[in-house]
Amino acid sequence: MNQFWRSRRIPLAWLLLARQPMRLGVALAGIAFAGILMFMQLGFRDGLFEASVTVHKLFDADLVLMSPRTMSSIGMAGFPRRRLVQAMADPEVSGTTPVHWNLLLWRNPQTRNTRSILTLGFDPTDPLFTDPTLTEKAKALTQKGRVLFDDRSRPEFGPIAEWFKQGKVVETEVAGKRVRVAELVSLGPSFGADGNMLTSRETFLQLMPGTPPGSIELGLIRLKPGADPAQVAARLKTMLPSDVSIYTKKGFEEFEKNYWRSSTAIGFIFTLGAGMGFVVGCVIVYQILYSDVSDHLPEYATLMAMGYRLAGLLGVVAREALILAMLGYLPAYLAGQGLYALVRSGTRLPVEMDPQRALLVFGMILVMCMGSAAFAMRRLADADPAEIF
Amino acid sequence: MVAAVSSPSARASSATVAVEGLSHWYGHAAMRRQVLQGVDLTITPGEVVLLTGPSGCGKTTLLTLVGALRSVQQGSVRVFGQELHGAGRDVRQRLRRSIGMIFQGHNLLRCLTAEQNVQMGSDLLEGLSYRARRDQARQWLRAVGLGDELGKLPHDLSGGQKQRVAIARALAARPRLLLADEPTAALDSRTGREVVDLLQSLAREQGCGVLMVTHDPRILDVADRLVRMEDGRLMQDG
Ligand SMILES: Nc1ncnc2c1ncn2[C@@H]1O[C@H](COP(=O)(O)OP(=O)(O)OP(=O)(O)O)[C@@H](O)[C@H]1O
Ligand SMILES: [Mg+2]
Repeated sequence: MNQFWRSRRIPLAWLLLARQPMRLGVALAGIAFAGILMFMQLGFRDGLFEASVTVHKLFDADLVLMSPRTMSSIGMAGFPRRRLVQAMADPEVSGTTPVHWNLLLWRNPQTRNTRSILTLGFDPTDPLFTDPTLTEKAKALTQKGRVLFDDRSRPEFGPIAEWFKQGKVVETEVAGKRVRVAELVSLGPSFGADGNMLTSRETFLQLMPGTPPGSIELGLIRLKPGADPAQVAARLKTMLPSDVSIYTKKGFEEFEKNYWRSSTAIGFIFTLGAGMGFVVGCVIVYQILYSDVSDHLPEYATLMAMGYRLAGLLGVVAREALILAMLGYLPAYLAGQGLYALVRSGTRLPVEMDPQRALLVFGMILVMCMGSAAFAMRRLADADPAEIF
Repeated sequence: MVAAVSSPSARASSATVAVEGLSHWYGHAAMRRQVLQGVDLTITPGEVVLLTGPSGCGKTTLLTLVGALRSVQQGSVRVFGQELHGAGRDVRQRLRRSIGMIFQGHNLLRCLTAEQNVQMGSDLLEGLSYRARRDQARQWLRAVGLGDELGKLPHDLSGGQKQRVAIARALAARPRLLLADEPTAALDSRTGREVVDLLQSLAREQGCGVLMVTHDPRILDVADRLVRMEDGRLMQDG
């Protein structure tokens, strides 16, 4: 504490900034703008990738089987259902669920337009999602022609949830066949599907009569407590023929995200957008700090003549940059959070202010300010104390 | 060249400033021009020396060399016994902490109040708490008659007030030598007189040597000694 009072000095960096409110305002606006741009671009990027696995994340599975021909959730290929039965031979596998997966055409009962809906077919007595409320609702699927409709599907599918809650019997056509909504579930749209519905295996096969017998698109494998998914996956790989691929649950999600990463320019576009925010911020902060140092050059020279060290004066510029970074980040963070909320309600994209991104953007702003300061400092070398008399 | 300083006299070694055979050039090659030619000058502790001479004769140059703002090219400059010929940046920077400087313009920091400007001087003192340094800054401002203007920015002060703040700032670092280059140039004669009187009396109290450049004939009487420079040479009288 004593040391603090001894080393405390006039807060020159802060006063240099504060006594020029206009310049400070411009600098902060610039930094905040850059920060908001980075938050938005990175948020959209991560949100879009995250949105591609909305449904993936819900499955109650430790390992997942898919066909090696499957490239993504919008083109799931089939594989023999027997593979799941074979997997049961492993002592650490506790249960499996075969799942049919396809995009079918849903007719909006109000406008009569059709739209693709992700349809999952499963045995209603098998666990599908980790959400325990599904077990109860799934019982309604034992009757043929019944479906569970995702009430978070995009509104283009019709006012299904609204009608259902009003107690109406909601019926429509899927793939040209009549279905009735038996219950509502909450899953959320994903990148490849604007809406979802669940149905029993029998109903699914009725809707998709061309499905080869004994063929499924997804196999869920649950392990006994304490089992290591990676180890079991390795064992299954050697045991099962090569007409199936094995993923851990995380690997399954990554596989899907990777598809969108590599097959679209989303990652590139949004990273570029964030990079532009960074560059714009750099230019603004550099301009501000450079003109600030230039304007005060005689004063810096005076301080050097008084015996202040050059390093100390460089520290003043660095502290100015640090103050700018912190003050500029705050509004960017708050605005980012507000805009994320807007995006969530407007597009249902799962865009969250996750701490990692918040830290990343702060890091970028810090680098932006300190880097600009480092360049602006070179101007200080022109402060010659011999020239001030 | 250092060897040219063969036998420093007893007087020189205890002196605040001891300049011997100092020459200085500006420019390079064909542009090279000598502005100081073998200058000798000694200032004893507490002595007030006034330096006059026609414009361009090298007064400011001498001041910047004694003030450790420029590196010495030829000859010897010793300040508080520290040889400046060949002294590095760091040595000169540390030495400058003990040298108060008052400039023609006030050179105050525009973003700081009078009190904060003076504290930039007392902040150079080691081992004092923030409060102690601030109190000293206030005392110095009171000593120069600005006890009521502590919180004003330089912008809101008159020329004379600004120059007095600059004096307070220079003295707040407790210098042992004060260098002033035409401190009254921007002031009217009455204010100029006041400022110089103040400077002299405060320097006397501190036992601080003073080397002041001036063109103002009305303030010559504050000097213990007058030194006249012409064409880079000193001619001492009395
Ligand atoms: N940085 C510099 N580079 C080149 N020449 C310089 C420089 N500074 C001063 N001079 C020249 O050196 C000579 C002495 O300058 P100096 O400033 O020491 O004179 P002075 O006695 O202080 O003059 P004045 O009374 O006008 O302030 C002048 O001819 C000036 O033009
Ligand atoms: Mg001059």
